[in-house]
Amino acid sequence: MIFGRVAGTVISREKADKLTGARYRLIEKCDQKGTELNDFLVALDMVNSSENDVVLLAQGSSCSWTDITKNKAVDAIIVGIVDLIDEKGKLTYKR
Amino acid sequence: MLIARVSGTIVATQKTENLSGMKLLLLEKLDVATMKGKNDFLVALDAVGANVGEVVFYVTGSSARLTDTSKGKPTDSTITGIVDNIEKEGQLIYRKSEEI
Repeated sequence: MIFGRVAGTVISREKADKLTGARYRLIEKCDQKGTELNDFLVALDMVNSSENDVVLLAQGSSCSWTDITKNKAVDAIIVGIVDLIDEKGKLTYKR
Repeated sequence: MLIARVSGTIVATQKTENLSGMKLLLLEKLDVATMKGKNDFLVALDAVGANVGEVVFYVTGSSARLTDTSKGKPTDSTITGIVDNIEKEGQLIYRKSEEI
């Protein structure tokens, strides 16, 4: 998984992934301190995240291994909201 | 999913059998911070009926074969959504009806 910060929301009515009521979040990749890396992607929000949250992103075919996304054309999903990151005993991020 | 703008169409009459009848679109990856093209292009299979100029998002890898249109087809990138608007940090940075 990689870190990302919830930067906003993407609305798309004409879709082919057969997901209804799905929320697509605009995510900016970030490092373990939460510093943005100017690299954006769209991810399906599975955990009801809110703006500015640092989240955990799963990418690729593993994304279709949840009940909602089973056999659905999705390759990036938010799998968790990060509360705290500790690196070598030092707190690098706290929600 | 990654965000891109449809910048053209591809015609390839000689291709693998089960890709016949598929619409192939030329996509330019977008830098979402500026909504400008990154001069980085790819070809994606169109599963939503996107038109040139529209902003879309697409899936890559094996997920690209999970739409009804692309099931069982040798595609590794498929357009799965036409973007209506993008809200970033509380601001509407893209709206399909009128180009910002």
